[in-house]
Amino acid sequence: MITKEEVEHVGWLARIEIDAKESDAYAEKLNSVLDYFGQLDEVDTEGVEPTYHVADIVNVFRKDEVTASMPQEEVLANTEHKQEGNFKAPKIM
Amino acid sequence: MVYENPDGVRIGLEVHVQLNKLNTKLFCGCSTEYHDSEPNTHVCPVCLGLPGSLPVINEKAVEYAIKIGLALNCSIVEQTQFHRKNYYYPDLPKGFQTTQYDFPIAGEGRIIIEGEDGEHVVGITRAHMEEDPGRLQHMGSIDRSKGTLINYNRSGMTLIEIVSEPDMRSPKEARRYLDKLRSILDYLDVFDGDLEGAMRVDANVSVHWGERVEVKNISSFKGAERALLYEIMRQKNHIRRGGEIVLETRHFDEARGVTISMRTKEEEHDYRYFPEPDLVPLRVADRVPKVRETLPELPDAKRERFMEQYGLGETHARALTTEIKVANFFEEVAAKVDPKDAAVWVSDILKGELNYRELSIDAFTVEDIVAVVELVTANKITEKSAVEIIRTVLDDGGKPQEIVEAKGLLKVEDDIVATAVDEAIAENPEAVADYLGGKEKSLNFLVGKVMQKTKGRADAREAREKVLAKLNE
Ligand SMILES: [Zn+2]
Repeated sequence: MITKEEVEHVGWLARIEIDAKESDAYAEKLNSVLDYFGQLDEVDTEGVEPTYHVADIVNVFRKDEVTASMPQEEVLANTEHKQEGNFKAPKIM
Repeated sequence: MVYENPDGVRIGLEVHVQLNKLNTKLFCGCSTEYHDSEPNTHVCPVCLGLPGSLPVINEKAVEYAIKIGLALNCSIVEQTQFHRKNYYYPDLPKGFQTTQYDFPIAGEGRIIIEGEDGEHVVGITRAHMEEDPGRLQHMGSIDRSKGTLINYNRSGMTLIEIVSEPDMRSPKEARRYLDKLRSILDYLDVFDGDLEGAMRVDANVSVHWGERVEVKNISSFKGAERALLYEIMRQKNHIRRGGEIVLETRHFDEARGVTISMRTKEEEHDYRYFPEPDLVPLRVADRVPKVRETLPELPDAKRERFMEQYGLGETHARALTTEIKVANFFEEVAAKVDPKDAAVWVSDILKGELNYRELSIDAFTVEDIVAVVELVTANKITEKSAVEIIRTVLDDGGKPQEIVEAKGLLKVEDDIVATAVDEAIAENPEAVADYLGGKEKSLNFLVGKVMQKTKGRADAREAREKVLAKLNE
């Protein structure tokens, strides 16, 4: 069971403000998702090898060769919060 | 001697090593040579975590990680994979860090250090791969800053996090562990430790075998020793005043040399680790033998060999093998002059002069030190002059032979000394008589005369011997 407090805690972790009304609603929705996973838990997986990845492949590598990076203007194009080529965020303690 | 650890200190270290000698980042082809570049010019959709971008792992980074694991005597896992570690912070544009969780590439290992009571084994818990976050720069001091500037050039650089067991019993041992680790990594040629941020340290510290406190953000080795000394003192004082040490995370303020409690700390379960779906697992077991072949002779083995092959004592062998560059330099010198002379001149004299000037061994050439050693062993210059030559090369440049001539450092020929001795004795019969009558001091007077006559270029010890020999004839 996910409680209202847990929803608020996850909200804090994600730095998202969640008001009291929203946290009730989220708790309810998340619990229904968990219920569904609960059903999956009942499936008998005895003797089934665990999969580490949806695709049955391993070792996809890249050579250590430089490719082009993006121009600075393009990197910063989607923000108004910038200064001297940096992104600018509120002060962080 | 057994070190009793009177304060019950236990220190464990987590060292983040940036593999800055790779050409590209861990999951994208952005160049790693960003140190002198404008902010945000070495980034791409992958290292910015833009929607739809797909990471692909750098094969060489995996090889380096295996190499490091093997050098630290770790077991290498058969199959490894990546996880997402979720936390929201501006240095992490994706909102999660790609790291390794339950299958780190390297498992248990160990490093041998010079401990408080001789050789001491420090256990390695694990070494895993992860990506470096971007770099934050506070505008002004941290508590009064108007904002934070973010540069993602560093974001996505390959990090190896090496986690030790809490086996170190003093800040001194911690420092030795860090030095040894740095030495091994230098030998492996996987990173340039002089670049900013190449090695960053977090420490776990407890006293009286109590609860551990994590100290984060230590950016240098000197800082590590200071942070540990401070934190141990703080915990001991706190306990003495009746306080209790609680599990917490503290930040090391390098400028003030103190640790400060951080108010919020995400718990491990808050990170909500889950398998990284964008990267497939890596089966690395069959690569291990090949990487093992590329391992160089490591510091401990080299030290043993130096003692065996060149007949060096433990102290010289250790001093000469800490840095791979110094070890190679020594071997080149030892091929040309007597290895024991080479050890004395490279380890005791040259390294001292270099340390004093904060220079590396690159500041001197093999050719020049060989020339200096040959001049001394051929008895052409005094040891004092040899040191003067080394200092002159470092401070003003020039070649040893030129300096010898320019400064008139060549020892005068034996017959000139002999003549000076004869003259001194002939001209000072009273002093000779005094000496023969038992006045030891008169000998110094005569030696002084010889030095005067040779304008100080004779070796004083030699002049003394010659005067003595003459008087005892
Ligand atoms: Zn990139």
